[in-house]
Amino acid sequence: MSILVDRSTRVIVQGITGKEGSYHATACREYGTRVLGGVTPGKGGTVHEGFPVWDSVKDAVDAVHPDVSLIFVPPAFAADAILEAADAGIELIVCITEGIPVQDMMRVRRILDIRNEEGETVRLIGPNCPGIITPDGAKIGIMPGYIHKRGRVGVVSRSGTLTYEAVWQLSQLGLGESTCVGIGGDPVRGLNFLDVLALFEKDPETEAIVMIGEIGGDDEERAAAFAKAHMTKPVIGFIAGLTAPPGRRMGHAGAIVSGGKGSARDKMKALESYGIIVVDNPSVIGKTVAEALSKGDYRRVPTCH
Amino acid sequence: MNIHEYQAKELFRSYGVAVPSGVVVDSADEARRLISEKQGIFSGNSSVYAVKAQIHAGGRGKAGGVKIAKSPSDIPGFVETLLGKTLVTHQTGPEGRLVRKVWIEEGAQISREYYLSLVLDRSSRRISILASTEGGMEIEEVSAAHPEKILTLPVDPEMGCKGFVGRRVAAFLGLPVTLYGAFSTMLSNLTRFFVETDCMMVEINPLILTADGRLLALDAKVSFDDNALYRQEKVLALRDLFEENELEIEASKHRLNYVKLDGSIACMVNGAGLAMATMDVIALAGGTPANFLDVGGGASKETVEQAFRILLGDPAVKGIFVNIFGGIVRCERIAGGIIAAAKDVKLHVPLVVRLQGTNAKEGREMLRESGLDLQVAEELFEGAQKIVQAVKGAK
Repeated sequence: MSILVDRSTRVIVQGITGKEGSYHATACREYGTRVLGGVTPGKGGTVHEGFPVWDSVKDAVDAVHPDVSLIFVPPAFAADAILEAADAGIELIVCITEGIPVQDMMRVRRILDIRNEEGETVRLIGPNCPGIITPDGAKIGIMPGYIHKRGRVGVVSRSGTLTYEAVWQLSQLGLGESTCVGIGGDPVRGLNFLDVLALFEKDPETEAIVMIGEIGGDDEERAAAFAKAHMTKPVIGFIAGLTAPPGRRMGHAGAIVSGGKGSARDKMKALESYGIIVVDNPSVIGKTVAEALSKGDYRRVPTCH
Repeated sequence: MNIHEYQAKELFRSYGVAVPSGVVVDSADEARRLISEKQGIFSGNSSVYAVKAQIHAGGRGKAGGVKIAKSPSDIPGFVETLLGKTLVTHQTGPEGRLVRKVWIEEGAQISREYYLSLVLDRSSRRISILASTEGGMEIEEVSAAHPEKILTLPVDPEMGCKGFVGRRVAAFLGLPVTLYGAFSTMLSNLTRFFVETDCMMVEINPLILTADGRLLALDAKVSFDDNALYRQEKVLALRDLFEENELEIEASKHRLNYVKLDGSIACMVNGAGLAMATMDVIALAGGTPANFLDVGGGASKETVEQAFRILLGDPAVKGIFVNIFGGIVRCERIAGGIIAAAKDVKLHVPLVVRLQGTNAKEGREMLRESGLDLQVAEELFEGAQKIVQAVKGAK
């Protein structure tokens, strides 16, 4: 088991004829992901790098019934691309694009929320994220596949390379990962820490979860409150940005301490108060997970294997 | 992106939000000329003026950046004092900000002061209206001491700010009922401004009720969403490069994400999250980070070379820590880039390179054999400790 994606997941790529889209569609296919083709308006009917291309997501859905759309279109058109995928009935949308205006994302989230309230299922991962990977199953994103190793730990993160850092440690220690979800560095996004924690809690293969947060907002705190109330598996947390000055944006649009809120110190304190194992040194994330698992003194759920 | 008060006030005016009339000058002579020619605000019979230093930071009043002139003849003197002065406020950092422009506006008879702001609320994904009767105070202080004196209302950006919302805020502020209509219109205009120009934050502190019963935005602070600037030409035209750090401007030209900090150990990292974590680990090892620098995924020779030049442009830098996680771009290519760049730039401070990820062993081997004066690390914390030690040793 894993969460959200596995070997059977059928994927299309929006923006497949662009530089990024083309490169990563090929890399995902090489990893073993079932990439069925892609969408570029105006290029329907052509073949790109061996991938069939359609004019619209609707055409792609009619032709190959994908489960996931992976989006690489430029920021000015990304909100439209996400809504197009949702409108065509795609249930999981992964948007890699960085630099989408926040108000565009507010509108997108609102429309996705309404669709979900009306009984449809549409999930968004990102934007401004590395994507999602279930090792040895499906890589749907830009992360380097070979640092991953199938295993016991679920990873959810707002960052890219910092996640690779944690994944590398988990793989080297032989713990491996069940699924890694990069939820993205923007202030308004699709799936949040809390949503992903809930999925990991239900996944029998996941025995512990690494949650990598950063300054800005209060999503980590809300996820931690959820974990205390509803989770039996240990959660190991790291928050980046202890030394970040307030009011300055640290690369990610969402990484900013504003109005005295969202500082790393406050987040770490809150996480600890909710029973999350907080590490202040990212070099020891893997080791800390191993200790938590070997102690076995957490409220462990019965697993299927 | 931030703009100056005078620019924000001009935008407010164009959106139907009342502000005091004023004029911006960059020399005392210009102020003298306008006064003697009785131009604009000096043509009427107003006698009180506010003379305000224009910098992108709050807390100007306390720092002596705002003067009240009781007569037009006092104005040039105040302009002279303020121009060229470095203002240090709680938001500027110890180095302060040089004043290059001064805004002169008509004084107003204040009857009451309020606080009003709109912010983009990431958790509710709405625009939040914040209003308080405690105008003129820092909202964080009010929030800590008297949270009941702040009203927070979410507004759906699609719907805009309707009359009932305006009336509710007006009632909370205790405005005279006769002003409910005017206040609602102003709030609705402000919300329209927020949505149409892709704001992140709009703050009026204080919003005043004048003795003759008018609502005026006495101060104006606006920040915009950097991601949306591509579609906000008019806003982008208001950018003041003097308010930004030279090294940061240089970095942005090379698509490097750089933020200057106060410490002495520079770092160069691929990825924003890892860059922040690297700063934290430098502090954990007993050093102080000199910057945030995300060189992106590639870390090619050209990128690394530009990054080195920017880091060395900061005289406070005593050592450099390069932390690259090789993912899609493998470590031996990254090592090659670092070696080539380090040779060209001629580093004069200690350098520690930590490579991890794909083919890291080969990459580290290349660095060791390069003949360059550098140390190699495997682990993040180990790298941070090495650079902190090296900087101490070099002193």
